[in-house]
Amino acid sequence: MLYREAGDYKSSYSSDNQTFPIRFDRAAYYVLLAFSFLVVPFLLNDYWANSIVIPLLIYVIAALGLNILIGYCGQLSLGTGAFMAVGAYATFKLTTAMPWMPIYLVFILSGFVTAAVGVLFGLPSLKIKGFYLAVATLAAQFFLIWLFTRVGWFFNDSATGMISMPERTVFGIPVTGAAASAVAVYFSCLIFVVGMAWLARNLTRGNVGRTWMAIRDMDIAAEIIGVNPLIAKLTAFAVSSFFVGVAGALLFGVYLGAAEAGEAFGINKSFLVLFMVIIGGLGSILGSFLGAAFLIVLPVILKLLLVDTIGWPADLARHLEVMIIGALIILVLIAEPHGMAAIWRTIKEKLRLWPFPH
Amino acid sequence: MSETVLFAFEAALNGLSVGIMYSLVALGFVLIFKASGIFNFAQGVMALFAALTLVGFQEGAVPFAHVINATFGTSVHDFGFNMPTLIAIPAAVAVMVLLAWLVERIVLKHLVNQEPIILFMATIGLAYFLEGLGDLMWGAEVKRLDVGIPQGGNVWFEENTQWLGFGNENFWGFYIDTLNLYAIVIAAILVAALVIFSQYTKQGRALRAVADDHQAALSVGISLRFIWVLTWSIAGIVALVAGIMWGSKSGVQFSLSLIALKALPVLILGGFTSIPGAIVGGLLIGVGEKLFDYFMQPIIGGATENWFAYMLALAFLLFRPQGLFGEKIIERV
Repeated sequence: MLYREAGDYKSSYSSDNQTFPIRFDRAAYYVLLAFSFLVVPFLLNDYWANSIVIPLLIYVIAALGLNILIGYCGQLSLGTGAFMAVGAYATFKLTTAMPWMPIYLVFILSGFVTAAVGVLFGLPSLKIKGFYLAVATLAAQFFLIWLFTRVGWFFNDSATGMISMPERTVFGIPVTGAAASAVAVYFSCLIFVVGMAWLARNLTRGNVGRTWMAIRDMDIAAEIIGVNPLIAKLTAFAVSSFFVGVAGALLFGVYLGAAEAGEAFGINKSFLVLFMVIIGGLGSILGSFLGAAFLIVLPVILKLLLVDTIGWPADLARHLEVMIIGALIILVLIAEPHGMAAIWRTIKEKLRLWPFPH
Repeated sequence: MSETVLFAFEAALNGLSVGIMYSLVALGFVLIFKASGIFNFAQGVMALFAALTLVGFQEGAVPFAHVINATFGTSVHDFGFNMPTLIAIPAAVAVMVLLAWLVERIVLKHLVNQEPIILFMATIGLAYFLEGLGDLMWGAEVKRLDVGIPQGGNVWFEENTQWLGFGNENFWGFYIDTLNLYAIVIAAILVAALVIFSQYTKQGRALRAVADDHQAALSVGISLRFIWVLTWSIAGIVALVAGIMWGSKSGVQFSLSLIALKALPVLILGGFTSIPGAIVGGLLIGVGEKLFDYFMQPIIGGATENWFAYMLALAFLLFRPQGLFGEKIIERV
């Protein structure tokens, strides 16, 4: 009976267009925000932070980015892993060359560097689409990773070929490096997630977002009604890469601490983020959250169930996980092509009417 | 002749034989794409799965042995007999046909009329599923596959090409693996068989009709679903052949499915709808990447094979998106 829009009168356009038009949703959103800022930091321990919460927050950003490209603009990309690597390596180069620079600024600048690279590899999208474009983005994936593992300048000629994050502080509190506490890392990620989700939501419902969706639904028709495909596709690539780049920067900077391009940002990363977007829901901000949460939590649950309870070796559990993820992708595409977000939409419709059938 | 030229030739020759392998995988892609408009990302993993199954049959391994052992604390490994290759290969073919039937039943049937991109993503899911299934069923360790194809440098070929050196003392003839020579012959036989099948049999004609126009084919009474099972079965058999060749060459392991990713740029070069295109594209990519690596290694370092094919395809896409032999892409609102 709580979930009602009756009596919730809108008296201005802005209130009619708000993200959460239903009072209950709005309240839930603020409660969730307050919970994640005020309660979670006190509950957080190292195990939870490292196995679920922090990867979840980082992958939400990556999934948001890829969702903008695939879900909103309809351009399939298999190069997410490489773009994350660009973000990570940009962070490394910037922060080692200019140690005085505030670390959050470094993360954002890395996003811009990735956006530039993304636009470069997005150029073919003006001419090709669909799986042709997917192959073109595979070129980005393999070429960039090769570049990062071969050219010494990118990893400052370190003997191992790895990049490792030096300690950086915000207001005197270390947020990167070994000394960073789980809570500091959590807050760094959370601030970025909230800011970028807000950005994604407002971009996708604004003018830019509509041109993206027009291109997605039918590019030729969109062109005829006056959408400039050059601007629409390249902005989608730029914004998407910006998000993915920041996610890569965070993954390397605050989570992994040390990384090697081929290991940490291989093609499997690209698929992982793609699966998050498909399972969560193409073209949905909420879907990016749900998809990332699902694919981060699933391996943890499987590990608890199979390795710790039944006593399977870890590699078997890993194979079963791969198999389940594959089956889930097919299942989601068959049963609900718009992913978990669409399931939530259906539930919402039912909730509005409940307990009356019509 | 100077050594640079000779060694470049040898690199190109090796490229040709690698290219044949790419072509074999690409062939499977083209078959499915023509018949059902599905871009089957799982083709590479199908090759891996087929090869794994074949090795499993040959060794008489118990399927899911690792899982059984881990769950019940037993230590089963194999049935204690080796299946002769001549029986194991038809058995693996049967598994691939069964797989094709299951894919049609469980996946494709429900995705009719979906956008190509949805189907493409479904095959990515299928690829993951098969990869996990293959590893769970037969174990993830690298396996040796031996179906009786001779391996090692080919002496005959080396001796008979020595004269090409024209008195150059450092040149002993071109080195080529016997296995690669067999691969070329097998690929030729496979393509010939496919051509004969599609030109001269009833099913083959039906297959071409479906490739040409789904609805027209349906209206003259061709069963679309049967044709799909048929094409996926053929693609499965092609995958098995590719799996056998790659597997004999470098062992059956996960990297097989990554190498198979290279079939994608091959298709872009050759065109998605052309069987000769798949062959020519594969050869071009194979030769191109070996030569590029040979000439560029001193300048930009090795392992360019990882990305050369994709970059070539990318450059190609900008000028001729339909590929060398593909049909012209026409778009309407």
